[in-house]
Amino acid sequence: MKRVFLDLSRCTGCRSCEIACAVQHSKSQNLFEAIFETPPPRKRTYVEAIEGIPYPARCMHCAEAPCVEICPVGAMYREDQFETVRVNKDRCMGCLMCAMVCPNGVIGFDPDRKVAIKCGLCRSRLKEGMVPACVESCPTEALRFGEFEELERQRRLQSARVVIAALRTAEQASLPIYKENTGGE
Amino acid sequence: MLQRRYDNITQSLFDRAQTLGIETGLDRLERQEPQCAFGQLGSCCRMCYMGPCRIDPFGNGSQRGVCGATVDTIVCRNLLREEVGGAASHAGHARHVMLTFKKMLEGRAPGYKITDREKLMEVARGLGIETEGRSDEEIALEVADKALEDFTRQDDGILNWMRLRAPEKAIKKWEKLGILVSNAHNEIEEAMHRTSMGNDADPVNLLLGALRIGLVDGYAGLHIATDFQDIMFGTPRVRKIEASPGVLEPNMVNIAMHGHNPLLSEKILERAGRLSDEARAQGAEGINVVGVCCTGNELTMRHNVPMAAHNLQSELLLLTGAVDAMVVDVQCIWPGSQRIAECFHTKVITTEPFVKIPGATHIAFEPEEADQKAELIVKEAIEAFTRRKGRDVFIPEGKTTALVGFSVEAIIDVLKKINPEDPLMPVIDNIKSGNIFGAVGFAGCPSIKLRHTGMTEKMVREMLKNNILVVTTGCTAHICAQAGFMNTDATEKYCGEGLKAVLSALGDAAGLGAPLPPVWHMGSCVDNSRIASLLGALADRLGVDVSDLPVAGSAPELVQEKAISIGTWLLALGLLVHIAPHPRIMGSPVAVKVLTEGLRDLTGGRAYVELDPQKASEGIIEHIRERRKALGI
Repeated sequence: MKRVFLDLSRCTGCRSCEIACAVQHSKSQNLFEAIFETPPPRKRTYVEAIEGIPYPARCMHCAEAPCVEICPVGAMYREDQFETVRVNKDRCMGCLMCAMVCPNGVIGFDPDRKVAIKCGLCRSRLKEGMVPACVESCPTEALRFGEFEELERQRRLQSARVVIAALRTAEQASLPIYKENTGGE
Repeated sequence: MLQRRYDNITQSLFDRAQTLGIETGLDRLERQEPQCAFGQLGSCCRMCYMGPCRIDPFGNGSQRGVCGATVDTIVCRNLLREEVGGAASHAGHARHVMLTFKKMLEGRAPGYKITDREKLMEVARGLGIETEGRSDEEIALEVADKALEDFTRQDDGILNWMRLRAPEKAIKKWEKLGILVSNAHNEIEEAMHRTSMGNDADPVNLLLGALRIGLVDGYAGLHIATDFQDIMFGTPRVRKIEASPGVLEPNMVNIAMHGHNPLLSEKILERAGRLSDEARAQGAEGINVVGVCCTGNELTMRHNVPMAAHNLQSELLLLTGAVDAMVVDVQCIWPGSQRIAECFHTKVITTEPFVKIPGATHIAFEPEEADQKAELIVKEAIEAFTRRKGRDVFIPEGKTTALVGFSVEAIIDVLKKINPEDPLMPVIDNIKSGNIFGAVGFAGCPSIKLRHTGMTEKMVREMLKNNILVVTTGCTAHICAQAGFMNTDATEKYCGEGLKAVLSALGDAAGLGAPLPPVWHMGSCVDNSRIASLLGALADRLGVDVSDLPVAGSAPELVQEKAISIGTWLLALGLLVHIAPHPRIMGSPVAVKVLTEGLRDLTGGRAYVELDPQKASEGIIEHIRERRKALGI
């Protein structure tokens, strides 16, 4: 299962992901043409900020997605190939129940087609072996795309590096640190 | 990952970089991509510390900066600042040459002299300076003071050089728009002032300001630079040269001159000629000075120096391992060059006190001590050669020949052989008959983003096929020379029948025994002045405005801010100016509307953005067709 992972410490709030997302959802898929399109293309990712710390909010493609559970017409569904949550625009009637139950607040509304819109993890790009547009556009690699297990392992290793470096420092300083009781005392 | 393939010679150098594990601009570009959308659209404002502010181009997010500036205000302010970057570069270049000229007259710069007395007299008479019964030095000093006045006057008089070089009809047009300019430095100051936080918020007013800076660039920059350079170093004449990185010589001391100002490159060339024995004593077969970028254009059209590389190839040239010293002055010098030089024995020598690169050798080049400093620099190159001697070098094979040096004077000389009384008449007759359907000036840079598409070459071929004469300057001239567009064979190979016939007749008249080439090398980027002079003369002869002529300008691969300010000058003159890649105005509906449509009613000019070479060519040809129709030909 591939997912977009967010490293909050790297996000600078540049909003490149928002623009790349909108361009990806334009007719032309080209920035300089997309800006002249009517209706304007709509983004599915949202950069918010709390106390100056940016936070790029996007659909997390929940395994037990409340939006899927609650949709009265079965428009929200789980797609199997990339294990994403998608919206069937032909079925959607724009009631926005999905938005009301989404804990992440990442379901939007397309006033032209009168349907819910959300991140689809750039399925068309994934099929061509590319990463999602937001990930490609991120200049600081705050957004990374990969196998969930591998990304988690990297996270564990990152954490391990910090702990082990601290341990070394403590050893060199001969600080009293916990050692496993080898018995015999 | 993007797959870009360049022309064979350029690609061979990129391949070598990859083999050697050396980073080039291409690696850096790929790491930069995708590039920031706000930056590309011009809709990011960093003018004050309430920001930076960005405007969402899709209307979802913020539509105004913190201060309330709209995207139109932001884009137009940014554009004006880009214009200042370009105009300041050219005004600085021109002022440097003019002040050296003055020092020379005062006996403080003994390395320089008046080479083209005829040009001096032409300029003096044009400025209304009395030439009868006075010494050359007296006249020259007054010419210099007239130029200095264009940087110092505080009255409302217009630039002396605008009066000297701009068509009367154009000056009237600008007067009506209220954009006549009087002092380059004041204009640059005012443009910076009005774009800082809390000043001009009116996008149309800012765009008029951009036109003003375009005029500063054209007259206080380009024209002054060209005129003084011609007087000091000679007006270019047509000559045959070689082009491509293949002009480096494995067994010679190779000095690559890179940058813009002939004040430096002329002296290095002269000293290199005198120090060849010293080079031979160190085991070299002599000293080979080659030209890169615009100073390369200056040298080639006055002294047959081979044209080694355009700007994109400037750092690649060092990958040959055959360059002993790359001597640079100002503008378009990539800091990355030094990192490549460090992989070899190559010395990068900076010479301008305000242009330094960490790790490079700096030898301040002062005009007062031009000869001594030039000698020092050439000796550095010879010393570097001794460390290179015996090592393998990689010099890409394949050179092209090119005829260069088509100054207006050189062109008129050829035309006079056909019609001594009215030299422009043969051109006008052929334009009327359609043998010459029109003319397009290709100027500017090689874009690393577009070079692999062969944008320039494709457009030039399309023009020639349609009997459109091409003139070119700057790094675009290097591209055309390397593509083989500047030799006599190209006329047969690429031109439509009408243009072929005209160029054959001109070649015969010039005593060449072959046609003139279809692409005319008119000089460096400051020499876009020459193109404007030629157009002005044609328009005057026909009694029309420059904007009525069946001509256009194109910067098919622009890189530098200088291309923006030159392009804006041409817009003010009334030309169609084709540009690629996208200028950073696309975020502003007002800027796009005014520059691509509205300006037509004000100056006759129009910006035309098109990245597809075929479509761009068709757009230009259509414009020329419309202009011909309006002239009734």
